[in-house]
Amino acid sequence: MQSFVLPYTAVLSARFRMILQYRAAAIAGFVTQIGWGAIRVMAMEAFYRSTSAPQPMHLEDVVTYIWLGQALLGLLPWNPDTEIRNMVRSGTVAYELVRPVNLYTYWFSRSMAFRLAPTFMRSIPLAILALLFFGMQAPASPEALLFWLAATVGAVLLSTALTVILSITLMWTISGEGVSFLVSPLIYFLAGMVIPLPLFPDWAQRVLDILPFRGICDAPFRLYMGHIPATEAWAVLFHQLIWIVILVAFGAWLLSKATRRLVVQGG
Amino acid sequence: MANPLALYSHYVSISLRSQMQYRVSFLLGTLGQLFSTGVEFIGILALFDRFGSLNQWSLAEVAFFYGIVNVAFAVTDMLSRGFDHVGQLVRTGEFDRMLLRPRSTVLQLIGQEFTLKRLGRFLQGGAVLLWAAIYLDIDWSPSVVALTVITIGCGACFFLGLFINIGTVSFWTTETLELMNVLTYGGIEASKYPLAIYRAWFRRFFTMVIPMGCVTYFPVLAILGRSDPLGTSLAFQYLAPLFGLFYFILSLFIWRLGLRHYRSTGS
Repeated sequence: MQSFVLPYTAVLSARFRMILQYRAAAIAGFVTQIGWGAIRVMAMEAFYRSTSAPQPMHLEDVVTYIWLGQALLGLLPWNPDTEIRNMVRSGTVAYELVRPVNLYTYWFSRSMAFRLAPTFMRSIPLAILALLFFGMQAPASPEALLFWLAATVGAVLLSTALTVILSITLMWTISGEGVSFLVSPLIYFLAGMVIPLPLFPDWAQRVLDILPFRGICDAPFRLYMGHIPATEAWAVLFHQLIWIVILVAFGAWLLSKATRRLVVQGG
Repeated sequence: MANPLALYSHYVSISLRSQMQYRVSFLLGTLGQLFSTGVEFIGILALFDRFGSLNQWSLAEVAFFYGIVNVAFAVTDMLSRGFDHVGQLVRTGEFDRMLLRPRSTVLQLIGQEFTLKRLGRFLQGGAVLLWAAIYLDIDWSPSVVALTVITIGCGACFFLGLFINIGTVSFWTTETLELMNVLTYGGIEASKYPLAIYRAWFRRFFTMVIPMGCVTYFPVLAILGRSDPLGTSLAFQYLAPLFGLFYFILSLFIWRLGLRHYRSTGS
């Protein structure tokens, strides 16, 4: 059993250590995200000043939602794994195919490190600052904290599964970022990063409830602040689980399709 | 080739041809730009649907602000790629070659790439601007038309000045500071709403330190025929875009200073 998982955990930890080297980029991202979060918070404050009608979310919850989003921004499936992109471009992806490991699981571990490592570095200091100075609230209850942590694990798996799919599509488009140019803005939007999802009209909620993207940001965030009560937490986790299974199965299928038709660029 | 304009159009034609080598990638890139600015606007629509207004500003007015800043920025964004690369050029020693050529470095850097896929932002911002202009029943007197054109022109100059500043910093740091993105992209994010909704420290920063408000907020008030909640006069609103132009000229001077400071890395 141990020798079976070893290659995957090894690539995960190796990449983790590598990405942690880029501290300057981390600081830059950190400052940008604080600026970005402050702008969003001020705009939402202005919107809340415009009306006295009751809203589906309190302003304090929206503020916490925004800062959680900024802290965990790196978890979103923004782009395909840059290493896989370079491999597809240069043709070295052929080496990946001859490794005596399951390629999908291998790429999954790789992409998970790619998502987790930068986030890890930024999220904790950013959350501490936001908690102390920028109006972010602590978790609603110990229970909420636990369910949020569980749902965040689900969010990481969902996001990784989507990242792997984005990377696999590179085998068709070869150059550039492939379909991620088109898909990532939509994921970003549908996960709740542009505006908190509860602020969308009611008819949109039914669609958003079905899609997997809510599970990446919106649902875990609202568990954190108790906006989704702990009694409904299991439904959130179950929804995530179903989509993880679907996306992993789809990714594995897509990869088997891609490797069958792969033409390695020579030279 | 003596004429800088002729040289520049030659640069553009080379750049366009090279981008057209990856036609699918170009199309995906343009559409992706359209999507990523598009979802931001859908977010604004959803917020107005929920809150009705933004501190006495209507949706169409906000759309006008949004359109102006995006159109102006899109123009710069097509020209300014080269300045993003200054850090890399300095580090590899490539920059020395630019200094040897008998043309200004600024021209060479602007000519480095004409990023056509930024057309996505231009089209999306332009469409929103057009819709707002038609919907708002603006008094299109010759002076208002002229002010609109000047505002967009000075806005583009202002953003180019920002990019030049980012490039200048690289002479000292030998790497491009992503940190500065908080000014460019953060500024655009902020400018899609009227500056008046933000807190005082923020408004002051984006008027007096970085005069972004002078090209995105004050002149737009005069175009819309609205009095300023911050109490500026009409004469100031007409003159404000010039500060964007001054900023650009100032950034050229600072670039010169940076050039004088420049020492080749020798690699």
